[in-house]
Order: sequence, then structure tokens, then C-alpha cells
Amino acid sequence: MFGRLRRDRLGRLPRATVLAAGLVGIVVALALPAAGFGHQTKSSASCELSVFSWWTGGGEAAGLTKLIAIWNKTHPTCQFKNEAVAGGAGSNAKAVLAQRLAAGNPPDSFQGHAGSELRDYIKAGQIEPVDFIYKQFGFDKIMPKSLINQIRYKGKLYSVPVNIHRANVLWFNPKTLKQNGIAVPKTWAQFMVALQKADDAGLIPLAMAEQWTAQHLLETVMISTLGPKGWAALWAPNSASKWASKSVTTALNRYNAVLGYTNSDAASLTWQDAGKLVTDGKAAFNIMGDWQDGLFSGTKAGGNFALKPGKDYGWAPVPGTAGVYDWLSDSFTLPKGAEHRDQAIQWLAFLGSRLAQDTFNPVKGSIPARQDANPKLYGAYLKTALSDWKKDTLAGSLTHGVVAPAAWSTDIGTALGLYLQSKNVPKFQAALVAAAKKNAK
Amino acid sequence: MRKIRRWGPGLLLVSPSILLVAIFVYGLIGWNAKVSLSDWRQAQQTSGFDTSAYGELFPSGVGELGDYAGAVITGKQSDTLSTDPAWIIDLHHALLFTLAFVLGTLFIGATLAFLLDKGVKGEGFFRAIYLFPMAVSFIAAGVVWRWLMNPAPGDRSTGFNLLFDKLGIGFLANDWYLGPTWGAAALAIPAMWALSGYIMALYLAGFRGVPEELREAARMDGASEWRVYRHVVFPHLRPVTLAALIILGHISIKVFDLIVAIGGKQLITQTPAVYMWILIYDARDYAKGAAIATLLLIGISVLIIPYLVYTIRSERET
Amino acid sequence: MSSTSVAVDRTVGLRRRKQAQARVVKYAALLFAAVVVLLPVYVLLVASFKGAGEADPSRAWALPQAWTLDAWREAWNGDQYGLFPYLKNSLKLVIPATIISTIVGSLNGFVLSRWRFPGADLVFLFLLFGMFIPYQAVMIPLTQIFIDVDFPEGIPRLAFAHIVYGIPITTLIFRSYYATIPEDLIEAARMDRAGMLRTYWSVVLPISAPAFVVTAIWQFTSIWNDFLFAVFIVTDPASWPVTVALNNTTGSLVTPYNVQMAAALIASLPTLIVYILLGRYFMRGLMAGALKG
Repeated sequence: MFGRLRRDRLGRLPRATVLAAGLVGIVVALALPAAGFGHQTKSSASCELSVFSWWTGGGEAAGLTKLIAIWNKTHPTCQFKNEAVAGGAGSNAKAVLAQRLAAGNPPDSFQGHAGSELRDYIKAGQIEPVDFIYKQFGFDKIMPKSLINQIRYKGKLYSVPVNIHRANVLWFNPKTLKQNGIAVPKTWAQFMVALQKADDAGLIPLAMAEQWTAQHLLETVMISTLGPKGWAALWAPNSASKWASKSVTTALNRYNAVLGYTNSDAASLTWQDAGKLVTDGKAAFNIMGDWQDGLFSGTKAGGNFALKPGKDYGWAPVPGTAGVYDWLSDSFTLPKGAEHRDQAIQWLAFLGSRLAQDTFNPVKGSIPARQDANPKLYGAYLKTALSDWKKDTLAGSLTHGVVAPAAWSTDIGTALGLYLQSKNVPKFQAALVAAAKKNAK
Repeated sequence: MRKIRRWGPGLLLVSPSILLVAIFVYGLIGWNAKVSLSDWRQAQQTSGFDTSAYGELFPSGVGELGDYAGAVITGKQSDTLSTDPAWIIDLHHALLFTLAFVLGTLFIGATLAFLLDKGVKGEGFFRAIYLFPMAVSFIAAGVVWRWLMNPAPGDRSTGFNLLFDKLGIGFLANDWYLGPTWGAAALAIPAMWALSGYIMALYLAGFRGVPEELREAARMDGASEWRVYRHVVFPHLRPVTLAALIILGHISIKVFDLIVAIGGKQLITQTPAVYMWILIYDARDYAKGAAIATLLLIGISVLIIPYLVYTIRSERET
Repeated sequence: MSSTSVAVDRTVGLRRRKQAQARVVKYAALLFAAVVVLLPVYVLLVASFKGAGEADPSRAWALPQAWTLDAWREAWNGDQYGLFPYLKNSLKLVIPATIISTIVGSLNGFVLSRWRFPGADLVFLFLLFGMFIPYQAVMIPLTQIFIDVDFPEGIPRLAFAHIVYGIPITTLIFRSYYATIPEDLIEAARMDRAGMLRTYWSVVLPISAPAFVVTAIWQFTSIWNDFLFAVFIVTDPASWPVTVALNNTTGSLVTPYNVQMAAALIASLPTLIVYILLGRYFMRGLMAGALKG
């Protein structure tokens, strides 16, 4: 066989070629740094602002682009670096961010859900308090007091909220409901009746998607059963006993019943697929945050459904949660050791301004954290959200990082995953109690 | 002195590699092992010694061993085990996935190579087709396979279920990766799709590396073609199979992008590699994430060390 | 016609028919396998030619109602995540990294198989073990090392990481390949008083082409398709390779599937080209024992 190789002309690779290739490879690799690939010189003298987020597509990216345009106009010499990384509600971005922070190489500002999700960063000393920004620019006067109180940690504020989303929204198709004589439910009992009616009519009563949407559903059921005060008590220190209470058992049993009305292939769907089931008339209801509105009413060119609010789709608070705003918020932080701290502070001040929030939010499909928004800029659903935001009681979201720090949220997610396989409610509650014992500090 | 002059240059030439690997592989493995034995369970890095991370992953005593093994094999949650139930499920998924992926890819690759062995018209064409899946990034392949393996029932079915229905073999429609028993094995299908071509190439080379004279000699002795394969060709393929086993085995334990592209980070499709990610980057439980990494490394070593020893020994013999 | 020749004719005819049948079955099986392998590629292709609203899982099999190149244009040049600028980054990454790691592997493989030293086998085991480390777990300390030594940021870091983590597999391939060189060739060079480098240069390197190609194909594919290292090590978006840009075609609100699939196809083309061009060499390289062990 070797004889075959010797005579094989293809085997005779001209050595000069190999040598040349090798030298080229080495020279190129060594020359890359010299050619300045990947900036070597950390010029803190030059003006730059690197902002890290997971806003890579759709309305979010479009909104961010608009903000960047305004920033560039007011800061023409300051280069804006949009370091957005995609991946499932920021999971890739959060991982990269965690690594950069651990390695001491933070961006100048990064996106995070306002509330407990930031607690790990705070405890690790990776972000600075921003109370002074609130005071200096009057955010503490124009953002709701209950919001500010709910995002304080040990008395200090650590991020500036850009938007507010609502999680406890029930979506439906008015035509489907009318055709089947189903009324929009207001109480939980009415909801169960409506679900049964939909089931009898051959529809999917409640469209659900992959596991995190099951957790989203869980939190709305719990808020509906426990009320905002009961809900808040679950997240206070040493709350394990609250998790073991009868009202939580009731909530979990309601959840169990509601799950019986969901589609069997939920785990293979994205939340957009579940929403589509409602607008296509295949499902009666869907419980999802109000980013669903952006998908339903947005332009076709952006990959949305371009439907008419009120006609093609309708919304209501999740039964039993009228007057409660299950809120979550995208916010930006001030990392410790940010290279361009002054620019970062200016960025945060800008984000909290009326101009920024009224520019970003209509495009993104959310409402400002400020209470002085101009309603004329917002679509039909968002108008109702704006008025609700002014009067409703606030309850922080679990699934979207307000009430529970990351470790607790993960433990609940694991308990939920196990429950979805076994459908054993007592075991589920026990696991939730254990998670609270471990994490409620 | 002359001896050193003989082998000195060689040692010098590989020393940069030795140094780099020592730092970037063993140094990091050491760091990882240290973290796994620490109490760095939240965002604060501390220096205490703590084996609780491993404690959650292993059975608490010999008594639990039977339950543990049973739970891993069947995937059924046990009420009496003290170990992390998510870990048990991950191991179960990993077991199913690895068996399906490794055996499936070996079989498909070997069969394709067998079919191509004697030379067919358009061999280059077939080879390029079978190899192409490996060129497609797992992230994109995952999205497509999520569509294809869609488990939606009835009139909402898409993907393969719809195709089966249209072709009249609708009874093959199933829940794919959501199936309670074989779901994890279904996850192996995209991986099989991606790697079969490469394994085929390995085997094809193996088949063709058998000197024709040996085959002829056997034929002269009156052996049928099948027996020629069985007694002359297949023994030559043992090293190929071992190499393939190692490559597939280590991909199988580390695979992450594909799983997440199809099933996200849900428990129903979770594997140890995905759980490790969740622990490190979501839950900030660095010790437990590092413990899982260490266990994965040990698990792969159990696969490779016999192969390495075999390789080195068989070389010495020739 | 004698009875024996009739009998012979019949057996010959029978064997020919059986062979023909076997060939038909073989082709049928190969074609069936090809179709199955191409089904997902069909879905990818078809989705990439659909408009924004059409590319939907529920319409995976359907041909586009309105064929359009919009997705391809957006994937190539779109202002959000058009792949074109990132393709340049990927090439700047893959070409030097592949060249260097194959050369390193060749030198290592040569020494560890044919110019051995005491403990060479242990060194080989030492190098090989590195293949199996789960990378997700060590991203934090890895990036820390880069920062501590102030290694040039961006693509150089990524290339360096791929070169280092490519040492095990490239060494493995070359070592297996060089193990098949007959000892007399090396001996002849030694008799001519040739030192290590001269032996490598004049005896080993000229016949290494197949192994270089096999290694280059594996390294090219792995480095080109890698996402994990790229997203963690390269922090400046302008320096991202193509896999990060591909991943970013997923938005958290809407995923434009048609763009994502067009982007995936674009990203897979260079690798496919490498396969096709070097495919013939690939087979020869494997035949010569590159991966047989």
C-alpha cells in the first residue's frame, strides 16, 4: 500500500507550497494584532459607549436603533457599540455577560430585568447603585412609587427601567368566542366554564407553549388566587411557610385543572406559535405577556400578523386579576469598572427621559415606566395598558426576573419541569417549599 | 550524550504543545475541579471546601445505588432518592441519546460505506450529499429538525407526521422528542443526520484499505462474497469502529447547541451538558456546574482510555 | 450444445442476474438514503426563498407561493445582521488557524510516531486527553487568562484558542498517518546523517498531503461552525465570525425563519466548497490510515 502512495502524484505535495502556506499562516496570525484587529489600545480618552443587550430582532431591535440614532445625534463624537447577542430571552447574552463580568471586562451598560434578577450582580459587587441618577433627573418623581419600591434592594436602586410589560393578559379571538357562544371570563369559575365550552366545541381551550410559558401561566394563576399581597408575601425572607399554605395548594390545584385544557404538544411550540393558534381560530384563549400585542398587530414585513386590535384579537386581564398589573421591566445598569462611566451615566439618564421612552416603547410594543407618556403615540392595546398602569396594584413577575433571583427561579423551573411530567401536585408544592427554604433570604 | 542528541530535538519540537495543553487544558481542568469542591454556589466566590455539589449528584449510600441505577435507566422519578431529580432525568436522557446516536450513526455510516465499497456510478455525488449535513451549523439544523419532528396531533400536524400522513404511512406519526419513553432517542436523529456521512467516510476508507490481494486470496479459496467480508474485511475495521466510537461518544456527551435549538432548556429535553450551562450561567451555582463538568470528563475518559491503551499497544505489536 | 456448457451458461446467467438485482437494490438503498438526507436541506432551501409571512413551520413542505430573494439579500447584506462582513472575519479566523494547527499537528505527529523520545506515548496520551474537556465549563477562566496576559483582542484570541484546542485532534490524525510509513525510509534518511528536521522535510512532508487535507477539512469545519468560543471570546461585535451573526438572526420577539435559513445556507457554503474540492483527497487520506488508529 505504501508503494501505491509513493507513486501517487497527488502525494507529492510541493514542499515549497507547504512552506509558503505555513509562513503565510504564521505571518497573518502574528500580523493581525499589529494591524489592529480587535482593538488593542484601550483608549479611555476617546469617547465610546458599549451597550450590551439581547435586542436583536423585531420591534426591540428597531426601537434600539431609534434610540441609538438619537444618541448619535446628541453625541456625535461618541461611538455607540451595540453589543447585542441573541438567544432565547437573553440566555446566550446573559451567559456571555456573566463571563465578562467575572473576567472583569464589563460593557459600559447592560440590559437586565429590573428587580431580583439583578441581585446576583449586586451581591457580586458588579453594578453600582444609581439612586443619584434618579434624583438628579427626577425619575423618582415621575415613575410610580410602588415600582421604585419593588426594585429597591437593601434600600438602593440599581437600574433604570426603560419599559414596562404586563404578564397577566388573556388573549382571545372575538370571532371564535362569538361563534361558540363563549363569554370573556372575569372570575376563575367563569374561566373554567369557558374552557370547558371551548373544549366541547373542539377548540384548544388554552394554547400554551414551551416550559417557560407554563411557568408564566403558573404565576398568573397564583396571583389570581392569592392576590397581590399574598403573592408579595411569597417572596419575602423566610417565606417557606407561606408556600406550604392552603391558598397555595388551592392555586396549584387550579393550575393542575387548567393544564388539563392545554394542547398536548405545548413543549414543542414557541409562544408565537401558541398566539397564532388563537388568531387562526384553533384555540380559544392564550395567557401571555403583552408582547403578544406586538406580534399580533405588527407589520407583516417584520414577520408579524398585522391584525386589527379589537376585531381580530381581544384582550382582558387574566380572570381574577383585574386591577392587578403583573409587571416586568427591561432596564439598564451601571457596571462597576465601566470603562466609559460618564457616557454610561448619560446613557442611563437618556433612557429614563420622556423622549427616549416615548421613542422606544411604541416601536417595541410596551409602555414607559414613566407616567407621563403621550398616549397618542401608542396603539390600541397599549393605550389601555397605559391607563391601567396608572391605577392598578403592582405585582412583580416571577418568570421575568422581578420577584425571584436567578437561583430561586431556576429551582422553581426544575420543580415545574418535574411536575409537568408527573402531574403530582403535593410533590410540586413540597418542591416549591424546599426551593423557598433554600432561597428565601 | 549521543542519545540525547537523538531524541532531544523531538522533545523540543513538541514542548510548545505540551506547555500550551498543560496550561489551557489541565490548568483549566484543575480550576474546574477546584471549583466543584468549593462552596461557590452563588455569585460570591469563596474559598471553602465543600462536597455538597457532588453530594447532590450521587446516591447517598450503597443502599441507594439500586434505586439510582433504576431511575436513570427507566427515567421514572423515584420518591426515595435523595439526589437531584433533574440530574437523574438528564442522565436518563443522555443514556438514551448516546445509545441511539452512537449505534445509529455507526450502523448507518457502516451500511452506506458497505454499499459504496465496490464502487458505484456517481460515488462522488453520493459522498458529497451524505457529507453535506456536517457542513450545516447545529443551530440552523436544530431549527429545521424542530419543524420536522413536530409532534402536533391531527389536523395541526406538520413536518414528518404530515409527510407520513400524505404518503399513507400515517401510523408512523408519533410524538418525536416529546415522547415520554423514547423522546431523547428522537433527539439523536438530527445528530445522526449530521454525522453519518463522516462515519461513512471513515468506514469507506477502512473497507478500501483492505488489500485486494487478501480478498482475492479468500475468493480463490472458495469463500463466498459474504464470507470474504466477514472473515477478511470486517476484522480490519476494528480500529475504524473504535475511532468512530470515540468521536461519536465525545460529541454525544458534549452536544449542546443542537439540544437547545430543538428543545430549549426545558426539562423534557434536558441533558447533563444543558444542565451544566443552566447551573453556571443562569443559577450561578458554579460548584455544581463544575461538578457536572468533571463528571462528564470522567465519563468520557472511561470511554477513551481503553481505546488509547489499545491503540498504543497494537502499534507496539506491529 | 453440450449439457455442461448449457449448465455453465445457466449458472453464469443466474449469477449475472443476481448481480444485477443486487445492484438495483444497492442503488435503490443509496438513493433512498440520499433523499432522506436531503429532506431537511429541501426544507432549508424552500424556506429561504419564501417571503416574511410565509416561512412558517406549518408550511414547511410547501413550495413558496411567491418566490423571492428577499431573505437571501437580507441574510447577505441586511443592515441588521447581514452575514457578509462577518464572513470576512470568519475567513480571517479559519485560514490562519487551520494552517497553523495542521502544521503543528504534523510536526507533533511526526515526532510522536517516528522521531520518538522516552515517554513519547505518555506525551501523546497527555495531549489527546484535552479533546474531551467540556468547554462551557471553562469559558470563565479561559477568558480570564486572555485578559491577564493582555492577549490581542478579538480574532487573534479566538484563533489562538482554536489552535490550542486543535492540538489533540490534529496530532492524533497525523500520528496515525505517519505510523504507516515504512521504517526503512526513515532509516535511510538517518543513514545519510539527516537530522530530525531534514528527515521531516525530505522524507515525511512530501507524502503528507492526504493527511494535511483530512486534518484541514476537520479543523475548517469545527472552527467555521463553532459558536461557543466565538460568542464568549470575541466581545467586539465588529469582529464576530459568521456563526454569531447567524445566531443573531433569531430575535426574541420574532424569528424571521426565511432569513435565518438563508443565512444558514450561506454560512455552510464555504465548508461545502472545501468538502467538494478536497473530497477526493479526503478519501485517499483516510485510506492511508489517517484515522484508522
